[in-house]
Amino acid sequence: MRYAAILALLATPAFAQGQGEIWVTNEKDDTLSVIDVATLEVVRTIPTGERPRGLTFSHDFSRLYICASDSDAVQVMDPETGEILHDLPSGEDPEQFVLHPDDRRLYIANEDDAITTVVDTETRSVIAQIDVGIEPEGMAVSPDGRIAITTSETTNMAHWIDTETEALFANTLVDARPRHAEFVKDGTELWVSAEIGGTISVFDVASQGEIAKIGFEIAGIHPDRIQPVGFELTADESIAFVALGPSNHVAVVNAETYRVEDYILVGRRVWHMAFNADRSLLFTTNGVSGDVTVIDVAKREALKTIKVGRFPWGAAFRPAQGDPA
Amino acid sequence: MLRQATSIVMLGLWAGAAQAAIEVPVTWLRQEVAHPPVLSNLDEIPQDEGRAGAELGRDDNATTGRFLGHDYALETVSVPEGGDLEAAARAALARGGLLILDAPEDAVLAVADMAEAQGALLFNAAAPGARLRGADCRANLMHTIPSTAMRTDALAQFLVQRRWDDLALIAGQRPEDIDYAEALRGSLAKFGLQLRAERDWLDDADIRRNAGQEVPVFTQALPDHDVLLVADEAGDFARYIAYNAWTPRPLAGSEGLQAVAWAPVVEAWGAAQLQSRFEELAGRTMRPRDYAAWAAMRAIGEAVTRTGSVDPEVLRDFLLGPDFELGGFLGSPLSFRSWDGQMRQPIPLVTERAVVATAPLEGFLHPVSEMDTLGTDAPESLCAAFEEKS
Repeated sequence: MRYAAILALLATPAFAQGQGEIWVTNEKDDTLSVIDVATLEVVRTIPTGERPRGLTFSHDFSRLYICASDSDAVQVMDPETGEILHDLPSGEDPEQFVLHPDDRRLYIANEDDAITTVVDTETRSVIAQIDVGIEPEGMAVSPDGRIAITTSETTNMAHWIDTETEALFANTLVDARPRHAEFVKDGTELWVSAEIGGTISVFDVASQGEIAKIGFEIAGIHPDRIQPVGFELTADESIAFVALGPSNHVAVVNAETYRVEDYILVGRRVWHMAFNADRSLLFTTNGVSGDVTVIDVAKREALKTIKVGRFPWGAAFRPAQGDPA
Repeated sequence: MLRQATSIVMLGLWAGAAQAAIEVPVTWLRQEVAHPPVLSNLDEIPQDEGRAGAELGRDDNATTGRFLGHDYALETVSVPEGGDLEAAARAALARGGLLILDAPEDAVLAVADMAEAQGALLFNAAAPGARLRGADCRANLMHTIPSTAMRTDALAQFLVQRRWDDLALIAGQRPEDIDYAEALRGSLAKFGLQLRAERDWLDDADIRRNAGQEVPVFTQALPDHDVLLVADEAGDFARYIAYNAWTPRPLAGSEGLQAVAWAPVVEAWGAAQLQSRFEELAGRTMRPRDYAAWAAMRAIGEAVTRTGSVDPEVLRDFLLGPDFELGGFLGSPLSFRSWDGQMRQPIPLVTERAVVATAPLEGFLHPVSEMDTLGTDAPESLCAAFEEKS
């Protein structure tokens, strides 16, 4: 039924024109840049609180949550009007967060406080604060919603949170300076990137045991400059794209063999990324060059560079109006 | 007994993978020294310089330790000028074999040579001299403070990159100025730069009042230069050279553009978080000695975390081995050189208001690590106490 609805929408010309948007936070401009996927141009620039970093949409895309780190708030924006509706209590210096599958609880990493804050976005209240390692950053939640993850950059751990009790049930060491975490393959694996370690650790979620480690090597670039940060997987989860920071490349990783198949040159100090609706295009935020690289996923090559604000950090996809996504 | 068993089980759950609880006692040990008077009264050397860095490192370690059952205890001991450092070191070594030293070169060497220190692991977090890393290196002594040569090499790389290769030097006459000037001359020679002229600074006047009259005359005789270098490690006279020299040239060295282990202006690579943690703890900005003590403490923490051991020999092997990498908020992971125990570290080149560049600069290549273009590399090392493993 839902499938039919999507097909129906695809058939309407209004939707055919709209391919949705990529929303990018500009850390040093206190703005968002909105890129139209159809034209690959910035169509709106919207002011935010101070030092916007992580961003995510509510499941129906009617709300945008923004970590305004230096405002010590998670801001809630109406993406239609760009108006800030209200702030959520977030704890100090929120950097990244993840929205629980219940579409209600936000798990927020408070970078300066070694705390993960759980906020109810409806009652706008703090449900729990969980002591984690120093400089919590990467946040993930399992597809079934039972496990949330915080990675801590200086403690070098992935902290496993039971979302029933909002308490830690395991802590696993990873390589130095973990930055980003994702559950993959229906939540059976957890991937954690380590910026200084230069690796991605792959964990078996059932046992919390490490089952693989992905390394990177680019000819002519010193290993110290290969610093994995954000990553995203294709729809069938066969391929992962990994941002490698100041090496200015994105790695293409076979998610079955954990081998790197390709490297794509992008802008300088590539941080995070987002796909468009059908995952045919990938948009990477390049912090130092202040732009976004658009990658053709099938061809594995950069198509275009789009100038955004200063220090673009996070990216999120928003479907065209009326599209149920 | 039952209660103990329960707590161990709880700890196992807490840590995820069950690991044995271990105690990690570390001592930060300082030999206080007299600071010679300087012309300006603007600078104050904080009482807790170095110590606050070790304390922050302890706190950082404790957070990881909490999840693993590793208990870090930092004792800080400051021996007054003329006090018995060796007695304090003996007491510290009786508590445990991990020491962070904030002391002059000779004192560091004396502690490293004590019978009780054999088999211990010592970190030099303050003495920058070449000797401790060269002919007088010791197998039980690692260095987290960069050598003076690493700092002057960083500056020389920058001068090469900018093609500012005609240079003049004004050098103070205190021992640390003489050491700095010597390291600087070595770096200029290493990177093919020309020192056109050199003048000694004789501090026989209060130039706070009459720098405008004295400095132009003093610098008038210098030949043409791109940059005026100053060796004034105590911060005595060089600040009065700025804007008063005969020709309008930038200053570098101990004033103007400085190559330092750490500075409050370092903010990229997540450094802002370290700075704010430090400022919250100490109520002031982080200085190079604080950073060196912090790095020593964190290196210990990382080695204990990864090896699950507190045995200095095990920790030393791990720190000198290929698996040790420490996030130091400088853009590249920190590690230790296997030939002299010096910590590899990027060196920021800073003004009071900004990071101008971070060495090693692009284009200075090295077959192993570009950071080894700074300071003494394996082939020219005079250190024989370390096994060559590179």
